[in-house]
Amino acid sequence: MQPKLTNPEADRSERVSPVDDDDVITPPGRVRRLLRAQTPAHWAVSAVLVLIGIQMAISVARNSNFQWDVVGDYMFSRPILTGLARTLELTAISAVVGYALGALLAVMNLSGAYLPAAVSRAFVWFFRGTPLLVQLLFWFNLGALYRSISVGVPFGGPTFFSVDSNSVITPFTAAILGLGLNAGAYFSEVVRAGILSIHHGQVEAASALGLSRTQTLRTVIMPQAMRVIIPPGFNEIIGMLKYSSMVSVLAVPELLYTAELIYARTFQTIPMLIVASIWYLILTTILSIVQHYIEKHFGKGFRNPKVSDRAGDRATAYQLEGPPEGERMLGGESGGNR
Amino acid sequence: MTEMVIAKKIRKRFGDTEVLHGLDLTVQAGEVVCLIGPSGSGKSTLLRCINHLERPNGGTVTVNGELVGVVRKKSGLTPMRPAQLSKQRTDIGMVFQSFNLFAHKTALENVALAPRLARRESREEAVRRAEKLLAQVGLAAFHNSYPAEMSGGQQQRVAIARALAMLPKVMLFDEPTSALDPELVGEVLDVIRTLARHGMTMIIATHELSFARDVADRVVFMDAGQIVESGPAREVLAQPREERTRAFLSRIL
Ligand SMILES: Nc1ncnc2c1ncn2[C@@H]1O[C@H](COP(=O)(O)OP(=O)(O)O)[C@@H](O)[C@H]1O
Ligand SMILES: [Mg+2]
Repeated sequence: MQPKLTNPEADRSERVSPVDDDDVITPPGRVRRLLRAQTPAHWAVSAVLVLIGIQMAISVARNSNFQWDVVGDYMFSRPILTGLARTLELTAISAVVGYALGALLAVMNLSGAYLPAAVSRAFVWFFRGTPLLVQLLFWFNLGALYRSISVGVPFGGPTFFSVDSNSVITPFTAAILGLGLNAGAYFSEVVRAGILSIHHGQVEAASALGLSRTQTLRTVIMPQAMRVIIPPGFNEIIGMLKYSSMVSVLAVPELLYTAELIYARTFQTIPMLIVASIWYLILTTILSIVQHYIEKHFGKGFRNPKVSDRAGDRATAYQLEGPPEGERMLGGESGGNR
Repeated sequence: MTEMVIAKKIRKRFGDTEVLHGLDLTVQAGEVVCLIGPSGSGKSTLLRCINHLERPNGGTVTVNGELVGVVRKKSGLTPMRPAQLSKQRTDIGMVFQSFNLFAHKTALENVALAPRLARRESREEAVRRAEKLLAQVGLAAFHNSYPAEMSGGQQQRVAIARALAMLPKVMLFDEPTSALDPELVGEVLDVIRTLARHGMTMIIATHELSFARDVADRVVFMDAGQIVESGPAREVLAQPREERTRAFLSRIL
């Protein structure tokens, strides 16, 4: 619905009586609101910032040491793209392993059962408490500690299968183990925070209706916890994207290590680092966009706090125009939340 | 008449303090019982013991002839498996003071969720009944509204529809209107009145005395974890026998 917009300045001068029955509060437009909030000090700071920005852009573009042509040459080169795929693979697998493990650990921690909770806490204590680099090297060198890995019944029972450590622990599996288990420890705290954010009444209502604990967890707790889990969860995933570059110590040719290999040969260090950084930025941007939509999905039914003092302006605008597409003001007359 | 709810010698402790001191309460099928009493007297705890949201430390609850939450073994009573308790709870509807609607689900989803999960109904069946129930509580136009978009009175009516969707044999109300603005109380009480007319067995903790007078077959006055007085609404509210009841009524009126 298109609102009847009138120019507030013009209105003011034309009106004779200051109070009129059909007085309509016309919200100022977006640009006007932005400009109105600026004081002379704001203007001065803005001007300086813009100048600095332009200056930096020019210096980066003009400085031939950046070798932008080399950046362009390598940006889509085969080895870089292969390294990029490796990075994506590492991040995706360890994010999935990390989230699944984290959710399990969080539920164990909150289960109220002594042993599972203790195991969960010990796991988090250990994997958060030691450097990722050490963990990666440890997994990689597992073969030195254990010749073979077997599954069987302890104390002389039968062995179901046994494999040689060195054949299972490739650099890639060591990387997945290191990143995934580490991520699991961090994710478990993120998931736990999400679960703790759920009001106890939600769980009681589900129990009273006869839902089982698993059903309650799956359909009532987790969907609402996701709202709280997503922002720090994506923080973790984006962090992991970059921690994955640490597996270069295991000589897994992911994005950064591939770039390093190239500049070790060509000595074009700066442009290769720029190539890698641009790709990391692109991936992070894509993840942020995905995050935005997932957040919106799990935010259904919730009203987010408006922190800015412009919230009032926006509220007025909503009353008159109706909320913009996909962004509804919820509540208004909630009688129960006090 | 058959007995729908029998609570026998219910004791409940929180830490070292006992808040229910061996209560007895029997509710006949189709009977409406209002629990009144000062805040902290144990009304909520009693209701929550009936569906075992709180496990009593002593005594038994029987609903529709079945022991709730415990099984009788040779060695005595032992807690039953969680799955079995969940199944029993489907027969006991509960409405909370703070509504507790699932915040991430629309009104329709709130009502249709439990029948699908706990009663294994098909989606169509659950949705069909949910639509009917929402219409009955006067919210046909609010299927797709989220709880945060509804007034307290509307939310509480959805909560009642949600409990009714499980086709319970008895309904427990824990101060269903205490969180509402005064002008919204009526719409919720009207829904409960209608249920009473249709013969639903109900136990209602409330501070609305005129409503209790209207709707209750029996009023139970509780104080300090004990039932002080119980009888037909008109008697207990108009000519209380006990001094404590009289004191409470004079304070609240
Ligand atoms: N979860 C709990 N932990 C400790 N004490 C509780 C808990 N729930 C209720 N109580 C105590 O039990 C007593 C009865 O409370 P309640 O049943 O809520 O009374 P009412 O509903 O009549 O106001 C109160 O003294 C209250 O403080
Ligand atoms: Mg209470």
